[in-house]
Amino acid sequence: MNRRAFLLAMLGSQGLMRSALAEESRAAQRGSKGAGNGDSVAFAPVVPGRRLVFPDDYGAHPDFRTEWWYVTGWLRLPDGTSIGFQSTFFRVRTGIGEDNPSAFAPRQLILAHAAIADPRLGRLRHDERIARAAFDRAGFTRGRTHVWIGDWVFEQTGDGYHVLIPRSESGGFAYELQFSTPDAPLLNGTGGFSAKAPDPRHASYYYSRPQLKVAGTVTLDGRALPVTGLAWLDHEWSSELLPSEAQGWDWTGINFDDGGALMAFRLRRQDGGPLWHAGTLRNGNQRNSDIHILMNNDLTLTPTREWASSRTGIRYPVQWQVRAGARTFDLAPLFDDQELDSRRSTGNVYWEGAVRAQETGRTVGKGYLELTGYDRRIWIG
Amino acid sequence: MRPVLTPVFLGSLSRRRLTTAFSLIAVVLGVALGMAVQAVHTAALSEFSRGVRTVAGEADLRIVGPRNGFDETVYPLVAALPEVAAASPVVEVTTRVAGQEQALQIAGVDLFAAAGITPALLARPSAGSDRLSVLGEDRIFLSDAARVQLGAPPGSELSLRAGIHLVRVVVGGDIPAAAENSRLAIMDIAAVQRQFDRLTRLTRIDVRATNGVSLETAKRAVQAVLPTGVIVETPEVAENQAALLSRAYRVNLTMLAAMALLTGSFLVFSAQALSVVRRRSEFAFLRAIGLSRQRLLVWLLGEGAAIGLVGGVLGVALGYAVAWALLELFGGDLGAGYFAGLRPRLEFTPIASLTYGTLGILAGIAGAWWPAREAATVPPAQALKAGDDASIPVGHGHPRVGLVLLAVGIIACWLPPLGDLPVGGYAAIACLLGGGVLLLPVFAAALARRLPNALSVPARLAKARLEAVPGHAVIAAAGVLTSVALSVAMAIMVASFRDSVDAWLHQLLPADLYVRAGAVETGTTLDGETQARIASTPGVGTVSFTRHESLRLSPEHPPAALIARPLSMDGRELPVVDRAPPESDPSAVPIWISEAMKDLYGWRPGQRVELPIAGHAAPVRVAGVWRDYARQTGAVMINLTDYRRLSDDRLANDAAITLAPGHGAADVAARVAATAAPGTLQIAYPGEIRATSLRIFDRTFAVTYLLEAAAVAIGLAGVAASFAALAAARRKEFGMLRHLGVTRSQIAWMLAQEGALAAGAGVLGGLAVGGATGLVLIEVVNRQSFHWSMDLHVPWVSLTVFAGVLIALAALGAVVAGRAAMRQEAVLAVREDW
Repeated sequence: MNRRAFLLAMLGSQGLMRSALAEESRAAQRGSKGAGNGDSVAFAPVVPGRRLVFPDDYGAHPDFRTEWWYVTGWLRLPDGTSIGFQSTFFRVRTGIGEDNPSAFAPRQLILAHAAIADPRLGRLRHDERIARAAFDRAGFTRGRTHVWIGDWVFEQTGDGYHVLIPRSESGGFAYELQFSTPDAPLLNGTGGFSAKAPDPRHASYYYSRPQLKVAGTVTLDGRALPVTGLAWLDHEWSSELLPSEAQGWDWTGINFDDGGALMAFRLRRQDGGPLWHAGTLRNGNQRNSDIHILMNNDLTLTPTREWASSRTGIRYPVQWQVRAGARTFDLAPLFDDQELDSRRSTGNVYWEGAVRAQETGRTVGKGYLELTGYDRRIWIG
Repeated sequence: MRPVLTPVFLGSLSRRRLTTAFSLIAVVLGVALGMAVQAVHTAALSEFSRGVRTVAGEADLRIVGPRNGFDETVYPLVAALPEVAAASPVVEVTTRVAGQEQALQIAGVDLFAAAGITPALLARPSAGSDRLSVLGEDRIFLSDAARVQLGAPPGSELSLRAGIHLVRVVVGGDIPAAAENSRLAIMDIAAVQRQFDRLTRLTRIDVRATNGVSLETAKRAVQAVLPTGVIVETPEVAENQAALLSRAYRVNLTMLAAMALLTGSFLVFSAQALSVVRRRSEFAFLRAIGLSRQRLLVWLLGEGAAIGLVGGVLGVALGYAVAWALLELFGGDLGAGYFAGLRPRLEFTPIASLTYGTLGILAGIAGAWWPAREAATVPPAQALKAGDDASIPVGHGHPRVGLVLLAVGIIACWLPPLGDLPVGGYAAIACLLGGGVLLLPVFAAALARRLPNALSVPARLAKARLEAVPGHAVIAAAGVLTSVALSVAMAIMVASFRDSVDAWLHQLLPADLYVRAGAVETGTTLDGETQARIASTPGVGTVSFTRHESLRLSPEHPPAALIARPLSMDGRELPVVDRAPPESDPSAVPIWISEAMKDLYGWRPGQRVELPIAGHAAPVRVAGVWRDYARQTGAVMINLTDYRRLSDDRLANDAAITLAPGHGAADVAARVAATAAPGTLQIAYPGEIRATSLRIFDRTFAVTYLLEAAAVAIGLAGVAASFAALAAARRKEFGMLRHLGVTRSQIAWMLAQEGALAAGAGVLGGLAVGGATGLVLIEVVNRQSFHWSMDLHVPWVSLTVFAGVLIALAALGAVVAGRAAMRQEAVLAVREDW
């Protein structure tokens, strides 16, 4: 789902625009205009009816404004401890320097974020990178998933993926994970066309790869540990995603123990009220045969418990009830403090963490939950 | 006893106000000059270092290359090294806002790469503007200081000079971490590369080493992937290089300050010596009533220390005032151009202030030392009885010690520089001065003996006195000698230098018109098309283009200049001072090195060396050595054709145009200017360039002219002060002469001739010592500190006039100083002794 706030935060992490976030999320919607010199750049539009074609659509779509590959999941350490992990790679077409012959022309930026949610630590380890796609120091490939910044790599291999975060400058962690799934991509929305608002302009191409089997190594504080687990991959690209009235969103992706999967999100208005709901529910291990595309009336996300961060004072609804068609799930976090606080560097804060899903009091799956736009500024404002 | 004695001793200083004032002034000047040089330099250097440090940020290493940068493909090679945690590429250009003089240094940065290394180089978009605007091709970000100076608020448009074009940019915001750097502006690296025609070029890469990798290891690993001529260095090296660059100039100025201080010390000495003589009976009385020898010594030293203390305090204050004025007027480089463009702030440095203040006190005490010892050792009984002043210190001098000093001085000239400083030269100058002063009594007596005998009574009296008791006059003469020697030495050196620079400019600027694309802008070049247009402009006879590059030959040295221009095989266009025997191998590329290259890198004519040109080591042959006054860090001349073949760089920075017959310079200049956008090509006439260069030269030496004037004033003051003291001591003598029927005017005349004789001895000695010192300055000090030679040019006429005026002034000074004594009733003066 949309990690736009994160993207903004990443830019912000370079000390660029502490206060630009709210500004931008509104300004960027006024029209499909790039920044700086990019006013004349035409970003490719997201239109209904275009069929996603694989393997082409695994790769990058540099004509669109934003794109991300996002993988989250649960890992089991040798001692039985469960931890969460997250890797996100963004590609941003800036609309700047499109005709600049300089090799440094900032036409495309790559951003990446990596995090480990370790309940023994009680908070996230995380690190982030940003670079312009230049000199192969950072870049992306068309036709297959392959995006990288320096030695951080997100890559498609065979019938799976490979994510390599061999060092983090600040996070004190590293990981190398291999993902595999026999399933075809799970198309969200209408054949991969995922509407975000009544206005069809606000939409993305969006598919998920749930139930990814994970094997690899996680290094924590210098100790390399073999891990196995289950993960979820999203790939989404768009040019004009959010309606201007959207202030934040709540998203979740759950792998059910029976092989099913749920993706659900809602956009919130400034007053906190819901603006748009959408989701995808795959029942059982039916190889994408029992799929329900959920729209506003089929889906509700309701907060059931709030947690207040002692660092930021922000209150996040960390526990939820999700009604997806006929089924109802309760989401509970692996631990409460999965706030991503990078205010020191970014001025931006959100919550992104591992959650368990329960159905009728029984744990039926595990996944990730993302809560954005809960910054106090917006709440007070 | 102390309260009683205070007026006796320190009070005596206020009783002889004139001499005290002169001593004080000399000490003040010496301390002030030294303090000013020190304060200005500290301010400039700390400003420079601050700049280097903010810009360097957390970089462990930086990669630098020649002036026009290096190929950007170096960047991914460096960034991929496992020893490198982060690398931030930078392309810097210096430019100006159209219509403004202020230089602007634009750092083109990749903000994402810079964020982790050089936080000072991060731009901040102004409130409300687009977050991605920092990447905008038309966005520039100004430091607060630059914004104020340019009067360019966020959102305003600026036109920047870029070669012969103008680039329009919009002020997009500020640079929070470098708000005070008035020259700094930031743009996106891609924008700078494109807008300033620097595609594929970088000028710097800042590097942070991987944790746990030693700096040396990282440095070696990085250097291994760099092309030749591109080097990796620690950021501190830049600071050191800056300090080194101006060190010779600074040390030379400080030496002048030391000379002034020495003169001050000498004046204290001469005043004290005479005052002590005059107060002999006073001291004898004090000794008789129980003042111990030590106490007397301490009190007399206290007199000198008091002058030194007051002089030191006033000097430090004056020094800061002068430093402030210099910084306001000339910036941080004292007019020498090392720190051009910096706006240093004056800082109070307690240690330096204390040091210079203490030096003032030491100068006072040193001056008072000999007279004090002399006075303290005289047995009171003898002093009470005798009224004569025969035993003035110095007496007949120490000719043997003097000769030894001169010999040592001559030998010291052959010493090699110590840590790049001409220590031997300074030692030689000190020896010459010391030897001159010690030989002066012998010289003065000899001079007096040489004077014809058939003279008027006053003249004979004056001659007899100088012959018999040279000690008195010698004290005055020694002061004159010192100051004349300093002035003459400086005059000869500056005259030779100026003359040589003038001749050098004539030889290097033979054309009728000079064209260049901007004065300070680095990105400004004449491209092939413009070159062709200039060459084909009607009225242009021949045109030769010059390309300026620089060479990074070693991390220890600042870059040397590389100048590519059309040259003959024999280098006849250059002021050649040394050439290699003709080369039989026609394929050897000849280069001509400046004298500094010879000194700094040890290259010799005929030697085969390698020049890093365009990332490759080009084998060349040193065809000869030329004289260069412009680039102290070394310069290499190469034929433009050879350079273009080696570098594939077709651009040029300057063009020298010789007019076709029958064309006026002004018309052609106008036509050439019209080949590019208005105001982008700067056209200068060689006369103008020469005048500007000489103006800069004169400004550089302004401070030395000031010092010369001060030295002369001090010398003259010394004559007056000595004679004032002497005259007071000689009241009895004058009384006796009046008794014998000598008229007052005859006494005045006698004093005038004594003054002239004493000064004459000092001036002649000063001319000799000064001439020798001038030679040392030219042949040793300049050679070793600035690595350039010059032709000796003695300004005979000025020196003669100077000497004559000085002697006349000394005579006048002696009369004026002696008048008080002459006014005494003759009888009274004689009776005083009985």
